[in-house]
Amino acid sequence: MHSLAERIHGRFADGVLRVDEWRGDLAVTVKRESLHAICRVLRDDPAMDFDYIVHVSSVDWPDDEERFEVVYEVYSIRHRHRVRVKTRVPERDCSVDSLTDIWRGAEFMEREVFDMMGIRFKNHPDLRRILMPDDFQEGYPLRKDFPLQGKGWRDTFDFLNEGAA
Amino acid sequence: MARFTDQRETVYKVDPERPETKDLPILRTEELLLNMGPQHPATHGVLKVILDLEGERITKSTVVMGFLHRGVEKLAEYGTYHQFIPHTDRLDYVCAMYNNFAYCRAVEKLMNVTVPERAEYLRTIVAEVQRIIGHLFWLGTQALDIGAMTVFFYTFRDREILLDWFDELCGARLTTSWYRIGGVERDFTDSLEAKIRHFLNYFPPKIDEYVVFLEKNRIWLARTVGVAVISAEDALSFGLSGPTLRGSGVDYDLRKYESYGAYPQCEFSVPVGRNGDTYDRYWVRVEEMRESIKIIRQCMDHVPKDGPVMAEVPSVTLPPKHRVLTNLESMIQQFKLFSQGFDAPPGEIYCGTEAHKGELGFYIVSTGGGHPYRLKIRSPSFIHMGAFDHMARGYMIADAVTIFGSYDIVMGECDR
Repeated sequence: MHSLAERIHGRFADGVLRVDEWRGDLAVTVKRESLHAICRVLRDDPAMDFDYIVHVSSVDWPDDEERFEVVYEVYSIRHRHRVRVKTRVPERDCSVDSLTDIWRGAEFMEREVFDMMGIRFKNHPDLRRILMPDDFQEGYPLRKDFPLQGKGWRDTFDFLNEGAA
Repeated sequence: MARFTDQRETVYKVDPERPETKDLPILRTEELLLNMGPQHPATHGVLKVILDLEGERITKSTVVMGFLHRGVEKLAEYGTYHQFIPHTDRLDYVCAMYNNFAYCRAVEKLMNVTVPERAEYLRTIVAEVQRIIGHLFWLGTQALDIGAMTVFFYTFRDREILLDWFDELCGARLTTSWYRIGGVERDFTDSLEAKIRHFLNYFPPKIDEYVVFLEKNRIWLARTVGVAVISAEDALSFGLSGPTLRGSGVDYDLRKYESYGAYPQCEFSVPVGRNGDTYDRYWVRVEEMRESIKIIRQCMDHVPKDGPVMAEVPSVTLPPKHRVLTNLESMIQQFKLFSQGFDAPPGEIYCGTEAHKGELGFYIVSTGGGHPYRLKIRSPSFIHMGAFDHMARGYMIADAVTIFGSYDIVMGECDR
């Protein structure tokens, strides 16, 4: 096992569900309840020192019981290593603890995940839509059951008839 | 250093000790809400910022974005890997080459494709030319936003030379799509090589020319030095990258620390600022242009004289164009690769590339088959805007323009 994964596993033996290493990327899947505590250790442990947040992303797996996957990628400027932390979220309780108090950049990134995938982040200071309009009524566009062309909301818009008058 | 002196307290307030001031006009002090944008010449696209003002000072700002959202990440799930390359042009339409580069690198990592050596050098040369174009564009528009108009004409004059060079390289100035998965679309011609060599000698004195306009200009200095300071810890915590992060003194450059292309064979330094203000971010970019010239010169000297510019992995990479036009199998191969795509192994990768704005990353999840299952773009402009409120508080309305100018935002990339 990768030394970083070992270290995380040593601190949170029952929080870590899976460790994958593929194409040189290290990915650690953790329990939803332990995500916040693990990430705090990732940042504060001097041997890991993940002070830089790279991106927050999400993946939709409609066939799985825990449908959504939230992905955090973090990097350490001092140690020059990176890790991907993932957790699974079921559809009926679609929420996960926000990491804005650990990395402030997570605020915008989590807002985007909420906007696109509909995952709620607990304790997020300003959880609103960010790319889609505030009154967007069709749900969450990056979910797999969302059609590419939308659900018809745009067809209800009024257009100026420029040919007339 | 104090950010500002509160003139309202000293000049306008009625002084109970001095009864003669009671008839003087008093500055109204209620909070004012100002909508800046979406159509504002300095927002580099369509961006709205709601500013809470106290006098002329920003107390809070709310960024409203998404006006240019085109659902690129959703579109990616419906096309093959090859088909997505032109979409990446439209992310950061000022610097399309680097987007192509970042995307192709990500897919190459997913498919485990090794790029031939000559192609790596060509890619690096073009990427650095693109970085110079990006920084010239940034310098011209940033100076224009602040009110220094002359620099704009000088930087755009030189940018034009490079865009014409792109035109000769691939037939397009902005939406280039020259990079391919596994290599590049076509080789340099002798004329292109001669032109870039000429540019290498022509350009360095021009950088000094821009610098004279700005670094001896009191207005430029007053508008940039000590404006929008962000500390290294905050910049890291916000996930800033590229010159915006290096201006705060953090040495983070993927070209050096997760090296790719021909960068490992080149000697160059990473300019790092000290104060984290707008001036340092400007300085970092100017120095980066000088470093880019160094990198291009080394690449031109060390590039293998001939060799393939596309990897020979028939199941993934496209056949050369002349074979497609003369050979039936190659034509079928090209057709299949574009219409059905190649069979990607299940798995997920993240690949970050140091674009001129910052870390442009692609996170690709594959479940096998020809389409990405999920493709996430880590766009530096979007993440930089997350720090806007933090950086704008306490500064003047006019500085708001300077701040998002100093991120070098392009809304096409920000909203995707």
